[in-house]
Amino acid sequence: MSNATRINRIKDRAFKYIGLFCTLFGIIVLAIFLIDILIKGIGRIDWAFLSSLPSRIPERAGILTAFVGTIWILILTAIIAIPIGISAGIYLEEYGKKSRMANLLEINISNLAGIPSIIYGLLGLEIFVRIMHLGNSLIAGALTLSLLILPIIIVATREAIKTVPKSIKEASFGMGATKWQTIRQITLPAAAGGILTGIILAISRAIGETAPLIVIGALAYVPFTPESPMDEFSVLPMQIFNWISRPQKGFAINAAAAIIILLAITFVMNGIAVYLRNRWQKKIRW
Amino acid sequence: MHILEANGINAYYGTNHVLKNINLQIKPHTITAFIGPSGCGKSTFLRMFNRMNDYIDGFRKEGEIIIEGNEIYNKQVRVEDLRKQVGMVFQKPNPFPKTIFENVVYGLTIRGEKDKKKLNEIAERSLRQAVLWDEVKDSLKKSALALSGGQQQRLCIARALAVEPSIILMDEPASSLDPISTAKIEELILQLKEKYSIVIVTHNMQQAGRISDNTAFFYMGELIEYDETSIIFTSPKHDKTQSYVTGRFG
Repeated sequence: MSNATRINRIKDRAFKYIGLFCTLFGIIVLAIFLIDILIKGIGRIDWAFLSSLPSRIPERAGILTAFVGTIWILILTAIIAIPIGISAGIYLEEYGKKSRMANLLEINISNLAGIPSIIYGLLGLEIFVRIMHLGNSLIAGALTLSLLILPIIIVATREAIKTVPKSIKEASFGMGATKWQTIRQITLPAAAGGILTGIILAISRAIGETAPLIVIGALAYVPFTPESPMDEFSVLPMQIFNWISRPQKGFAINAAAAIIILLAITFVMNGIAVYLRNRWQKKIRW
Repeated sequence: MHILEANGINAYYGTNHVLKNINLQIKPHTITAFIGPSGCGKSTFLRMFNRMNDYIDGFRKEGEIIIEGNEIYNKQVRVEDLRKQVGMVFQKPNPFPKTIFENVVYGLTIRGEKDKKKLNEIAERSLRQAVLWDEVKDSLKKSALALSGGQQQRLCIARALAVEPSIILMDEPASSLDPISTAKIEELILQLKEKYSIVIVTHNMQQAGRISDNTAFFYMGELIEYDETSIIFTSPKHDKTQSYVTGRFG
């Protein structure tokens, strides 16, 4: 075997291991973090932890207000962002394709997806909290997070619509369907899997956000669970942030337990997204 | 009396002049074949009859098309109504990702028909006309995408028949099918002639010869010759037609 061949073989083998290391790097770090969190926090999770109000004493404190706040935010954000996002995606893909205005909108929406979330927080503070006088309420928080995830939903909707073959849209027009009937009856059902996946990923991003909510004035300590969209609120990431910054060791354990709950919600939502995507792909094979 | 009359048709894609001063009449209850090499304008012409070119950027036309006495590009004509009158079957089978039943009655449900009994009757009648009923009568609730290519194309024909059009346009309906499915489609087209007028674009000379009553030969955007199919294939008046039908070019 010549020298050059040997060196090439070594390089080949070396790259395989370097590649493996790179692949595992992220996973291993995440696994170490998860295991650490689980060891610290799992023992703290019980019914009392889930159903108790916040407290100065770490052993009595619970995540009820933050958990309920997160659920409120999740539902309100979904109600606001889903119809607007899907409609905008449909418009851009099916109606506004040719105009210069649509081109301009398109570039802007791609840019919006890249704006740091704290900037959305400042926008929300000015528009929703101050100009619209919504205060540091659930609805102000949900509107701000809706802005944040709208570009994601719009882009997901457009991509999903693009996968629907032109031939079946033509078939629908050929039967005398109007544009809206074609969208409603043919395009949207066929694109539903992709749209739904995008929505779930967007919302699971929204419930993990902290920065924009800090800016609009979400509270870390809320003595009661919110009962209407106009109430003040806290959410799980805020609660975690608050507990982490306390000196007592008991709060660090609480934070670990709350992280487990937050991660569980996110994983479940991502799991649903994957399940729906697979199911739809199986149902529709062109 | 003609069911369809095209007078002085010119069509353009941008600056590309794709149809040049075409005049053509079609009699009811006949099968008319459009033949010609790729890019000769025959599909563009066919798609004008139900205004499917309306969505294409830069498409422009001159002249008039009169179907059952009405100029179809007239502003008063609703394109949705025109397409009920003039049905279309496409080159590739394109059933909707819905059940077989929903596919057949699509043209009725989008027009607000809700009467379950009526829909059932029409679905059965249309599927029988398309010679598909016996194959699918037990699986009407199954997805149309599970059918074979030939069955899908017959389903698309049934879907077009369900709204009882007077004209059915077919754009190379058998070009993506195997010989057995093709034979079934051809047999079906011949049966449909009794109730409908059919215009079919085809690349297959034998197919045009087997099923059509009249044949129009297009070349480079012009209608070179339009006559009875037997004349076009045995004693055409133009040399170009002669060369094309005998396979010397195309």
